[in-house]
Formats: sequence, C-alpha cells, structure tokens
Amino acid sequence: MAWLGSASLVAALLTALYAAGASLYGGIAGERRWVLSGRRAVYCMAALLALAMAVLEAAFIRSDFSFELVARNSSEATPAFYKVTAMWSSQEGSLLLWVFLLSVYSTVVLALLRNRLREIAPYATAVLSAIAVFFLALVVFAESPFTTLAAVPADGQGLNPLLRHPAMMIHPPLVYSGYVGFSIPFAFAIGALITRRTGAEWIQATRRYALIAWTFLGFGIMLGALWSYTELGWGGYWAWDPVENASLMPWLTGTAFIHSVMIQEKRGMLRRWNASLIAATFVLALLGTFLVRSGILDSIHAFGASTLGKPFLGFIAVVLVGSVALIASRWESLRSEGRIDSLMSREAVFAGNNLVLVGICFVVFWGTFFPLISEAVTGTESTVGPPWFNRYVTPLALVLVLLAAIGPLFAWRRMTARALRRAFLAPGALTLAALVAMLALTPAAESPTSLLMFSFVAFLLGVVVQEFSRGVSARRTMTGQGRLAALGGLVSRNRRRYGGYIVHSGIALLFLGVAASSAFVEQRDARLAPGESIRVGDYTLTYREPTARILDDRSGTGAPVTLGAAIEAEKDGKRFKLLPSRNYYGAPEPEEDAPFRGFFEGEATSEVDVRWGLVRDLWVAVQPDLGALEAPIAEADREFRDLPADAQGLLVAAIAERFRRAPSEVNVRVLVSPLIAWIWIGSGIAVLGALVALWPEGRRPLAGLYAARVGREAREPAPA
Amino acid sequence: MEYALALVLLVAAVALVVSRPLRTAEAEEREHAGLRRELEAAKEAKYREIRDAELDRRTGKLAEADWRRIDRELRAEAVEILRRIDELD
Amino acid sequence: MDPRRKRKLRLAVLLSVALMLAAALVYTSFSAATETRQPSEVLASAEKGRSYELTGKVVDGSVDRGDDMLRFRIRDRAGTESVPVEYTGAVPDPFREGREVIVTGELRDGVFVAERDSLVTKCPSKFTNADDS
Repeated sequence: MAWLGSASLVAALLTALYAAGASLYGGIAGERRWVLSGRRAVYCMAALLALAMAVLEAAFIRSDFSFELVARNSSEATPAFYKVTAMWSSQEGSLLLWVFLLSVYSTVVLALLRNRLREIAPYATAVLSAIAVFFLALVVFAESPFTTLAAVPADGQGLNPLLRHPAMMIHPPLVYSGYVGFSIPFAFAIGALITRRTGAEWIQATRRYALIAWTFLGFGIMLGALWSYTELGWGGYWAWDPVENASLMPWLTGTAFIHSVMIQEKRGMLRRWNASLIAATFVLALLGTFLVRSGILDSIHAFGASTLGKPFLGFIAVVLVGSVALIASRWESLRSEGRIDSLMSREAVFAGNNLVLVGICFVVFWGTFFPLISEAVTGTESTVGPPWFNRYVTPLALVLVLLAAIGPLFAWRRMTARALRRAFLAPGALTLAALVAMLALTPAAESPTSLLMFSFVAFLLGVVVQEFSRGVSARRTMTGQGRLAALGGLVSRNRRRYGGYIVHSGIALLFLGVAASSAFVEQRDARLAPGESIRVGDYTLTYREPTARILDDRSGTGAPVTLGAAIEAEKDGKRFKLLPSRNYYGAPEPEEDAPFRGFFEGEATSEVDVRWGLVRDLWVAVQPDLGALEAPIAEADREFRDLPADAQGLLVAAIAERFRRAPSEVNVRVLVSPLIAWIWIGSGIAVLGALVALWPEGRRPLAGLYAARVGREAREPAPA
Repeated sequence: MEYALALVLLVAAVALVVSRPLRTAEAEEREHAGLRRELEAAKEAKYREIRDAELDRRTGKLAEADWRRIDRELRAEAVEILRRIDELD
Repeated sequence: MDPRRKRKLRLAVLLSVALMLAAALVYTSFSAATETRQPSEVLASAEKGRSYELTGKVVDGSVDRGDDMLRFRIRDRAGTESVPVEYTGAVPDPFREGREVIVTGELRDGVFVAERDSLVTKCPSKFTNADDS
C-alpha cells in the first residue's frame, strides 16, 4: 500500500502548488473564480493528506514491516495504543503530521471564513499553501514516510521505550497543533499587510485562531513537563533544554500577541508591533520544529546528523526576510490610530506585559542559541546552564505575575486614582493576610523570591475573586437573578473577559507550584540495603525487598522485564507502599553468545512511583543493582545459549525470580516537592479558561441595542 | 505501475474538484465591499468596547465621571465609523 | 511638559532600561558559560580549577558502576583519545557504552571529576525518534 501513500503525497504537493498559484493569481487579478478554485485545492490537499495518514496508520496497526518506518518504530509486541501513536515519533512521520495538521487547520479556517475577509483570504491561502509546499517537498524528496524495505524483517525494532508514555504520545500532536495553529494568524497577517487592510477585520476574524494555537501549545508544553517529571527519573519537569526552550519561545510571543492584539482591536494602536509579533511567533514555531529535527544544538533530544538543516534554515530565512521586508514596506499604513492616554490604563499594563514577555523570550533565545553565538564570537563553543536562565527569568516572571494581577483592576483608556485605590483595597488586604499567615505558619520567609511570588499570586487570585464577585453583584442588581444564575449569565455574556481571568488564575497557580517546588524541594539520593531507612522531609522510607515482574509492566508499555523495589513510606504514623521500578526492554540485537545478557542491556526506563498530593508529592525512583544478576546471567548464557527463543522467556523469569529472592542493594532518589501538583492543576484551569474564552458567542443582537444608542447620539451630539 | 495509476487518478480527481469554480462564472463582488466589512468589524469592536465600559462602571471599576467621559468618546468614535460606512453608500 | 516630549522621554527611558538589561544578559552569559570541549582538547589545554562541559562518546567496556560513583571513559567523537570520568548522581536512562554524552566538571590530576547530576545523554542515532520537549 506504500504506493498509494507516496502517490497521495505527490498529488498533495502538486495540489498545494496549484492552490498557492491560483489563490495568488485570483488575489492579484481580482478573479474570484480562481480564489474559489484555490480554496478548493486546499480542501483537496487535506483530503489527500488524510489518505496518506490513513495508509501509514493502517500500516502501523497491521504491523506491516515492509514499511521502513514501521519496522523502525514499531514491533509486534508494541502495545496497540503505542502502535497508533508511534507514527509521529519518527522524523518522517512527524513532518507528515505537521503538514496534515496544517492542511486540516487551513481547510477549517478557510471554510469558516469563506464569506469574510475576501480581499485578505486569497493571499492568506497562498501563504498557507506555500508553507504546505515546503513541508510536502521535504516529505516527498527528502524524508519519505513511505520508504519500503526489499527484505521485510520478521519483527520491528519497537518504539523507543522512553517515549512510551501517554503524555509523550499526545504531546507531539498538541505542540504541533500549536505551531501549525500560529500559521493561520500569520498567513492572515501577511494577507492583511499585502492588501493594506491591517484594521479591525483581520484581527476580529483571526484572533480566535491565535488563542486556539496558544492553548494547544501551552497544553503540549505542560504534557512534556509532566512526562519529564514522571518518566525521566531525575525528578524535575523543566531543564531549560533547547527543545523545551524551542517550544516555550513561540508560546511567549504568542501570549504577548493575544494581549496586544486586544489593544489594536480596541484602540487601533500597536499595529506594527502586532504584525511583528505574529511574524516572530511563526518564525519561532518553525525554529521549534527545526530545532527538534536538526540536532544543531547539543541536547538530549536532538539527534546527530540530519538532512533537514539546510532546507529548514533556508525556509526560515525566507519567512523572516519576507516578513520584515513586507512590514517595512507597509510601515506608514501601519500607523497607530490612537495612543495610550494614561499610564493608569489597561493598555499601559498590557504594553508592560508585552515587554516582559518579549524580554523573557529574548533571554530564552539568547541562552538557547548561546553555543552558536559564543562559537561565532569567541571561537569556542560554550553553554549556559539552568542557573543563568533562572537568574533572568525569575525576576521577569515576578513582574509578569504582578502585571497580570493588577491588569484587571485597570479600565481601558484611563481611570481616576480614587477608583483604582478602591479596587486595590480588598485584594491588597487579602495579600497582606496571606503574607502574615505564610510568615507565621510556613518556612516561606527562607526564600524571598518565593515569598514575593506567593504574595503576587495571592494578590492575583484576590483580584480575580473581586472581579467575579463585583460582576455577579452588578448583574444581580440588574436582573434580580440568584447568585449562580448571575454568575452563569455574567460569564457567558462576557466570555473573553472572564475566560481570561480564569486563565490568569490557572497560570498564577502554576507559578505558585513552580516557586514552591523549586525553592522548598527536599531531595535525597541514597543506596539502601533491605531493611534500611532514610528520612526525607516528614517521610521515613524503608526499603523492604526487591520486586521483579515478567511481561507484567504496570504502565502498559510492553516491557518484558521490570525490576524494582518495594518501599514502605511512613508519615505521622500512616504507612503506605511505593513500588518504583525500572523497565528493561532488551537489546534489539543481542550478541550471539550472550542472549540472556541482552535482555538486561538494552534500553531501560525509570517507572517512578509518585504519591500525588495537593500539599506535596512524594516522588521515588530506583536504580536496581544488576550486580546481583551477574552470576545467574553468566550461567544462563553459558549453559542455555542455544535455547529456542520461546523457551528463553522461562529462563529470564527464573533469573528475575533469583533477583527477587536474593536481597540486593538499591539506589533510590527521593523527592518531597511541596505544591508541585498545582503546576498541573493550574495548567488544567488555564486550559479550561481558554475554552471559556474561545467558546463561540451566539450572535446576539448586540449591534442593534448599541446602534440605537449611538444613533441617538449621532442625531443629537452630546455636549462636549 | 500501481503508483503511477494512483497518482493519475488522484490528480484527475483534484483537477475535477478545483476546476469547478472556473467553469461556472460567479458574479463579481461590488467595489468597496472590503472596506465596508472592515468598517463593520470596527463598528462591532467599538460596540463591544462601549459594553465593556458599561460593565466596568457597573462593577465599580470606573467612577461615574470617568465612565461618562469614556462613554462619550467611544460613542463619538462609533458615530465616526457609522459616518464612514454611510459615505460608502 | 507637553505630551509629545513626555512620550519621547518615556520611550527613551524604556529603551535605555531594555538596553542595559540586554547588556547585562550578554555579559553574564559570556562569563557564566562553561566551554564545551572534547576529551583531546581538555587533555591538551584545561585550565586548573576551571569547569568545562565535556562531550564525546562513552568508551566501550569502560563503564564501572561502583557503590556511589560511576566511572567511565569518554573519547572524542571521531578519535581514540579518551579521558577517565568520575561521576556521582542520577544516571539518565539512555546512558550506555558507545553513546554520546555531555558531562560538566573539571580536570583534576588527569581525571575528569564531574559535577553531581550533570550527566546528559544524547539520543543515539538508532533512536532518531526522540521527539520530545
């Protein structure tokens, strides 16, 4: 079936070329028929790519190892869920996923906007198709996912065990949805610039898609962090790794964009800034894809040599230079309509938040590319570590949370100091109370930055609660509804505003978790013999006995051998059991004379055990000492080298049983992280808030109501 | 062979779909329509802003005097947009 | 002051603050950075007491997991010159002989003493599918 996949990719490439050409011609010549034809071509491209995806997925599900990609990334023993998702863990598959998502997004957006933005849309269609052409050319000419093997292997190599984690399987499509999603507002921005229609319409029509992309990307980043925390066995969730940074950068500029675009919507200001921001966001999204795929920077994720470097850099350069040139040529028509009236206004706070976000992005960018920069400047490659990132990002994050906290207190345009003071009162009092409570009851004073962050978070939450309660009581006076009905009405009638507040409180909780868990984590590494205990925080952990399971991996990754430790934890008289372990996946091609050693010398992954809690997490990882297995493995390799494959399993089970019986020492790493769960809870709340803000508002006769008032005004102007 | 056949068939299907608008002529759009829609969007955004300011007043964020001034500005801006829309007719 | 001049002043203040921050950033990144070296380079020209980031491949058969310390040798990516490494802390899951690793530390009497938990493993070419962030 690979021929069908290849054919549909080539057809999709031709279709994309046609879509770009037809839309561009239709736009320039004002020929609507060509525009419609170009749009239909985009729909067809999506259908063709869906076909290609289906062919590839079918091959994975059927374990058709004549597909080189399937043989390399899947195997008979790979669990079904991971067979389906293994497709995008390869370079070829993920590029196909990228362009497939792009075509689906483009189709949906172009269909939804088919009667609007008639001047801009043809150019946007052309831009989207051109992006698709680039990615399709990559998968057709350089990285075909449909390469077939002449000699079909009996079994595949299996999916990289490190990636066998639910979060890691959903993470790439989410991050890619974010990257791809930003191409929509980018394409429409380019269209708006070309046609000089940089006013309210394209913002109104595409703002929503920027927010969707932002939500996907943020959710994806969060899942990546969760994966790191639960799968990598080092206990952290963020290491300022280049690939993490690569996904964070477009998210930061995207965050700035969805805020500053509101200023343009309301005041007609910051047009140049917004056009630059969305172009930067898209370039950073491309850079993110490129960084993961090229290995240009040293990283645990990026891999050695790749054929993608030059074409990708070329494409990024074209996008960058093209955007800059276009913005420069439209500089005058991007002039602001208004200006910021007063520093005591919402738009002034937003402008500050934009600067801080772009500042953070610059820090991350500089640190990420420092190996390249330093090599260019000094001739030696150098790197900066997490402490350097933290030194700059921490204060900027503090300012960011503070701005997010006070933002909602300000009205647009301007407000009197008195009204502002009144708005500050209740949240300020709450913050003070929280501060006193923290100083009295917790060790928070030991870390001033954390204390500051906690106070800002308290203030932010206070502001949000005040906003909600003021809104509810205003609505109750107006409609006479009950509390709950008023809340529902308030939120559903002002989705963007209150959705935004929900997002803010989620992000604040996330920062709370980050600050608390990084400042007050207690960590211990120890080597324990059976019966020995260590104390970490308020917990006493006792290593009871080794554990061993064969073909019974609790996390469902299909690991043949799982070795671990039974650890008993005790806190305040309460006891519970933890079962951290390590999965051993076996070497793909064990040495001839040591088939049994191969079972233990392939890939291995930590399966940490976490006692999740709202107040603190207890996190335990183990590294069993395989020294205890040396003797039985050597014996098995000596005596049973020629055992048929299906009988080997029994012997491996016997070796594992020996491990369980003979009490060996074990290396453990224990972390007690306070409030770390709020990182995930906060992210969840933020996603929920984004959904509220995104939910389409029914077209209420808003216009009619206000038109009447404004009309009255038009007839009899109010005295100045 | 299969590959070539599939490619030809797929491309033919695409050609059929995308050529349809080219075979049927559609009425060209009126002039000014783009500008009009842009102004309509601006109007919509302005109305939303008027409503937001009203909510700000009711929730006490804007003092009565502030609100009255801002509301007047906003409505003047809305009138200006309406005037420009009228000019197009 | 008239509002135009005020705005200009504000812009100037803002720009100079941003510029100063950027300068601090650039300066500290150069002074705080650790240089990346291959084993042959470290052996040839390591300054005493200065920490480096050592990158290369783990020499086959050199890994010795002691009680608390992991000992192994790192060689040049394309070469045979190697340096012994003493390491404590968490060992990443993909750590294997023959794989590319990065470790931070300093050279003491011919032995590269690594900082705790500084070992990072690069994904081997066989698993070009490490697609994560």
